[in-house]
Amino acid sequence: MVKKIRKHDEMMVSDTKPMASSPTPIATAEALDNLIHERTRLSLISALATHPSLSFSELKALLQMSDGNLSVQARKLEEAGYISCLKSFVGRTPRTEFRLTDSGRAALQRYVSHMEALIKNIKPVNKAREN
Amino acid sequence: MSNPKTIKSTAGDPLAETINLAERAEDNLQFIRTTMENASVFTGISGTGYILTGISALLASWLALTQRDPTNWLVVWMGELALATLVASVFTGLKMRRQGRLWQLTTIRNLLCAFLPAMFAGGVFTLVMARENLIVLLPGIWLMLYGVAVITAGAWSVRVLPVMGSMFMVLGVLALLIPVTADWLMAIGFGGLHIGFGLLIRRHYGG
Repeated sequence: MVKKIRKHDEMMVSDTKPMASSPTPIATAEALDNLIHERTRLSLISALATHPSLSFSELKALLQMSDGNLSVQARKLEEAGYISCLKSFVGRTPRTEFRLTDSGRAALQRYVSHMEALIKNIKPVNKAREN
Repeated sequence: MSNPKTIKSTAGDPLAETINLAERAEDNLQFIRTTMENASVFTGISGTGYILTGISALLASWLALTQRDPTNWLVVWMGELALATLVASVFTGLKMRRQGRLWQLTTIRNLLCAFLPAMFAGGVFTLVMARENLIVLLPGIWLMLYGVAVITAGAWSVRVLPVMGSMFMVLGVLALLIPVTADWLMAIGFGGLHIGFGLLIRRHYGG
């Protein structure tokens, strides 16, 4: 299922802040949104992109994350405005519901575009090298 | 897929590092795709449930063929519908419990919302056709609408479901065009296709 964070993924980017909303992705490693690039947060945002909302327990089971890790990563995304968190009670049981915000969806789209741009720009170099 | 070894071996070689960046970008896109698929696809459909449903449908087909009164024929198939629904629900529930996939409740809701409208339409057609003594058209309508329901529900489940739905629709068209073959087509569809795809699901996605 979802793999654990790997060192080399963190090596791929510098410690950048979330990208400003530029319409065209810049195909450099430095311009990556580090907040999303980290695997557990990337999986969180990707999962939320497929549903209107998911509860804490649904996300935990889906991504096979511990309570603590999920709380920490979700809080980081919430602070960045990428996801929203709604706490309520179903009967006497507390329920935490997460949603991807418009800003989070745009950030994921930017990230995907960025990856595609990286592939598009680098593949010709690869081919030229093979020739 | 990139791995730590690749990074080590390419240190100091800018071109190799560039190539690795492309590989890692592909890896990341694949990761997003897999996570989204895992989050949205319902894999709790039970292959065993489908196989048993198929077997009961074959028995119902045989029983229905022996009925001379159209009302009795309809009663046999309505009984089969109730039995098949029960069997499929129980086995899907058992598989979900084994998988421990609580998070799929949202997907199940989406799946049922896609599946039930065509089934509801089938129910209405059944009532109207039975009242108007047009029972001969029911096999084609059932096969067609069940096919539609399976195709639309397949958007939220394993990839083989839309294929099975399409085959049901083909059988439905044949049953409407050549009503004399309808009982056999029902046996092929609700019996044979369920058993065949049940085996496929069991093999690829578990019991």
